[in-house]
Amino acid sequence: MSLYNYTIKQVETMLKNKEISAEELANQSLGQIKAVDEDVQAFLTVTEEDALQKAQAIDEEAAYDAPLAGIPAAIKDNIVTNGVPTTAASRMLENFTDPLYNAAVVEKLQAARAVSMGKVNLDEFAMGSSTETSAFKKTTNPWNKDYVPGGSSGGSAASVASGEVMFSLGTDTGGSIRQPASFTGLVGMKPTYGLVSRYGVIAFASSLDQVGPLTRTVEDNARVLEVIAGVDERDATSRDAAVPSYREALQENVKGLKIAVPKQFLGEGVSSDVRESVENALKMFELLGASWEEVNLPHLAYADATYSVISSGEAASSLARYDGVRYGHRSEQATDMIDMYKQSRTEGFGEEVKRRLLFGTTVLTGERNETFFRQAQKVRTLIGNDFEAAFNQYDIIVGPTTPTAAFKFNEKVDPLTMYMNDMLTVPANLAGLPALSIPSGYTELGLPLGLQLIGKHFDEELLYRVAYTFEQATNHHKKRPSNGGTQE
Amino acid sequence: MNFETVIGLEVHVELKTKSKIFSSSPNAFGDHPNENINPKDLGFPGTLPVLNEEAVNYGMKAALALNCDIASETVFDRKHYFYPDNSAAYQISQDEQPIGENGWIDIEVNGEKKKIGIERIHLEEDAGKLTHGADSSLVDYNRQGTPLIEIVSEADIRSPEEAYAYLEKLKSIIQYTGVSDVRMEEGSLRCDANISLRPEGQEEFGTKTELKNLNSFAFVKSGLEHEVERQTEILSDGGTIEQETRRYDEKSKKTVLMRVKGSADDYRFFTDPDIVPLYIDEAWKEKIRAEIPELPDARMSRYIEELDLSAYDAGVITSTKEMADFFEKTVNLNADAKQAANWLMGDLSAHLNKQGLELHDLAITPEGLAKMINLVKDGTISSKIAKKVFAELLENGGDPEKIVKEKGLVQISDEGQLKEVITQVLDENEQSIADYKDGKGRALGFLVGQVMKATKGQANPQMANKILEEEINKR
Repeated sequence: MSLYNYTIKQVETMLKNKEISAEELANQSLGQIKAVDEDVQAFLTVTEEDALQKAQAIDEEAAYDAPLAGIPAAIKDNIVTNGVPTTAASRMLENFTDPLYNAAVVEKLQAARAVSMGKVNLDEFAMGSSTETSAFKKTTNPWNKDYVPGGSSGGSAASVASGEVMFSLGTDTGGSIRQPASFTGLVGMKPTYGLVSRYGVIAFASSLDQVGPLTRTVEDNARVLEVIAGVDERDATSRDAAVPSYREALQENVKGLKIAVPKQFLGEGVSSDVRESVENALKMFELLGASWEEVNLPHLAYADATYSVISSGEAASSLARYDGVRYGHRSEQATDMIDMYKQSRTEGFGEEVKRRLLFGTTVLTGERNETFFRQAQKVRTLIGNDFEAAFNQYDIIVGPTTPTAAFKFNEKVDPLTMYMNDMLTVPANLAGLPALSIPSGYTELGLPLGLQLIGKHFDEELLYRVAYTFEQATNHHKKRPSNGGTQE
Repeated sequence: MNFETVIGLEVHVELKTKSKIFSSSPNAFGDHPNENINPKDLGFPGTLPVLNEEAVNYGMKAALALNCDIASETVFDRKHYFYPDNSAAYQISQDEQPIGENGWIDIEVNGEKKKIGIERIHLEEDAGKLTHGADSSLVDYNRQGTPLIEIVSEADIRSPEEAYAYLEKLKSIIQYTGVSDVRMEEGSLRCDANISLRPEGQEEFGTKTELKNLNSFAFVKSGLEHEVERQTEILSDGGTIEQETRRYDEKSKKTVLMRVKGSADDYRFFTDPDIVPLYIDEAWKEKIRAEIPELPDARMSRYIEELDLSAYDAGVITSTKEMADFFEKTVNLNADAKQAANWLMGDLSAHLNKQGLELHDLAITPEGLAKMINLVKDGTISSKIAKKVFAELLENGGDPEKIVKEKGLVQISDEGQLKEVITQVLDENEQSIADYKDGKGRALGFLVGQVMKATKGQANPQMANKILEEEINKR
């Protein structure tokens, strides 16, 4: 069998019917990693022994009722794992072999008896849109290895798209789950800020970061989110409320649904094939009984700039702790304490991280703290207000996930062009709204495109219902990538 | 030209909560290095701060006791700086909106009362501790995350004496609330001072210097005194004061330059996104206010008015809550207030100072002291014997009545028994009788001493005196 041909639900039935064991599933996953990861380059650490042990334990206990029993998974390497190296794809943490504790989401996956195959690649400290800024390897797009898988959760996306695992966890600060999901033909969910605990997630920008699942189907996605969502007293920003059953929300019904399409989402810089796929999707929704209108969210024009200032400012703060004093890279060259700080950080961080730390420090220093950083907070509020106004009249916001399909390696050398790639995804982070990307078509070259759905705070249920309806009405999710284990 | 001194004090007080302000590690002083730490305290990746409600309660209690307004909404801010004792490279503090503002305390210097304003009190976390060796430095993160309040006074203080009185009063009030040990020697109270001079009558403040390394209240006073002298000298010679940080040198009793302050340090403050805003409603505030015990000033007035203590005695007794509580319990057990105060301020305080102990280290109880005072009152023991009993109570505690009995210390008040001893003493000291009759008053004292010696101090002194005089007159 190939994992690629089954959903989590199907595997669950097979396990219960003893048609397959958790150990066989783990071996399938490890086999696929061995077969394709030389090309895909998704994994930074494969925890083979641990995975097999966990799978065997599930079989021994016949623990097949657990929500993710035996399901092979991959974890983005900026999510800490007890006893397993956690590097954030940075030289700074290359030798950080044991974070001493598990992130909340890792605990939850373990309790649900998912089987982690290891840690997957990302842009260094999740800063990037192509996974090219990883200090360790270039992850390729399973649909075409000349193309990037997107980022920063590029390893998470590639590991699922190539059939190495059945789901992965990513993190999304400005689009880092949705954009790679879009580039690799997956369903990627950035939950509402506060739905999933950030405890154990290496901070990039604490007011924007969220963990979420990347899967091949909407149903798989809903299933994983159900497991990882929920209040955590170790994260003061996590919401204290019961987690709904997202799977129950999976009904094929969008009748009477009122869709808003921000005109800024189909404006300049959005390629024609992307626009066409969105228009097709809207037509499909109309056929299914929904209606849509174009709306104006005027402050979206400032979303990119606002995001740059806030995310970089917070990053300069979050990453200040990497100083070589207690863990991580410490320069051998240093001559005194101040020099140790300077050298360790100079050697430990890559270009892109340094660029953002410098920019972030700049916008927090002196009067720029007021004129840039605090000003950006105000614009952030205005962007949130724009969304709120739209949600007074509409149920959901729809648009493309990215302005273009996946690009080639080294194509976007200018950082500003690279940042433009986030322009459609950052607004949801700034407003703390849930947003999901779902496959919506292919370019002429056969690269996947993604449709983005943005909902009201904590209305993941509606996103899943709309996505599920769309998925069931289309065949986009049934196509297979070249590096995807399509052969039985 | 005459100058007016202007002083403002910044006092850091460690709160003795069970756990740290933003992590679940124990908050304890004196343990082995790096024993009370977890990944959060080490600034490990992915860790998050979670505000300890007890720290908020303690900070609020101190702020209320110092007459502050309490913020109904406040946030925590990140203050960034690189140093090995600062594990996250930012300290979580309250920059924009402190928990308390606009407070004050009353002080008294040379009989004059004065109100000193408190500008703000904010909550923050303490840093770790560095120990510097010859060619390396060690870091202990036990203290990282200890809750602190920083208490910033208004520039209302006009002399080193006032500064001293402010600190004494501040310490006493906080110690009463029970939120801190306020021990300077353990670092649970730390003080920096800002001082400037201005020509008398001038509104505008002069350039200030900041004094650090003030490790006792006496050093604060001494450092400020030196700084007044130094600045006066410079200004009188037509010079100007540089804005600088100076360190107090305990040996020379002088302040020495640490660093000249350039442009203000930039800490790149912003609101910590990991911590949600803190809302304090009236009910919460009033609950904490109700927990504040009677404070030293109120107690002092009560002791003066109700118990007839002198202002001085009442001040000494109420300077620590422990002493005042002990005193009050003793008095409530029907002991004479003045006597109780005398014992506590005299023999007991002397003993504490000599041994470097605190009241709770001693075995004596209010019950013991009250009983002893009443044994003196009803004549069972003399006050001289009482000193012996008291020493025993300090060392080993116990029941004074038992001590008196077991050690045979009961006062001899039996006239026949006393007369017997006195007759014998007089027989042996013919010369003293002659001296006494010649008008040498000292001789009587000598004879009383002999009687006491013969009775091992147990003779009732009044009776012994009376019988002695009678017997001498008979001869």
